[in-house]
Amino acid sequence: MATLQQQAKGKKDGEIRYLTPLNIETSKAKKYCRFKKSGIKYIDYKDPDFLLKFVNEQGKLLPRRLTGTSLKYQRKVAVAVKRARHLALMPYVADLLK
Amino acid sequence: MNHYETVFILNPVLSEEQIKETVKKYEDILVSKGAKMISKEDWGLKKLAYAIQHKKSGFYHLFEYTVPGEGINALEVEFRRDERIMRYLTVRLDKHAIAWAEKRRNRNKQTA
Repeated sequence: MATLQQQAKGKKDGEIRYLTPLNIETSKAKKYCRFKKSGIKYIDYKDPDFLLKFVNEQGKLLPRRLTGTSLKYQRKVAVAVKRARHLALMPYVADLLK
Repeated sequence: MNHYETVFILNPVLSEEQIKETVKKYEDILVSKGAKMISKEDWGLKKLAYAIQHKKSGFYHLFEYTVPGEGINALEVEFRRDERIMRYLTVRLDKHAIAWAEKRRNRNKQTA
């Protein structure tokens, strides 16, 4: 049986112990790649409304870590957005896009 | 023979007559290079996301066709020489893109 003093010695300085473990919710729903899930094989650059989901308010591409897109399809999204920009279907720079 | 798709934007100041003539011209160029037109789409006057040559709108047209690769060079040279063309983009379609283009065409037909 460890005494209270022994327990206190083993404890590192500055470590905080809680009587009940903190209930921190981490990522409720797992992100998924919408292209893999719904079986979309080709990302059309002619559909700017759809591509709008992958850019932020300034018209910049969103990272994979936010959208959950897999690498394979992220590359295709990037190409599609760039093509749409070239054809003035989407802006290169914008403000309050959404 | 490869499968291609071209979108080009025409100057909005053109009259309807001039637009028809221009579209016809490029179709003829393609056909003379041995192209088989699969579809032509007219998106009409659309607002541009940003100004091109100080213009805020343009007439969009879409061609889908199969042509031997050299045909694309001839087409793009003409595009570059032509002042009426504000922007163009040619893309080779892979098998998924062809499937999608067909689906899109059928959907457009139903709504039209």
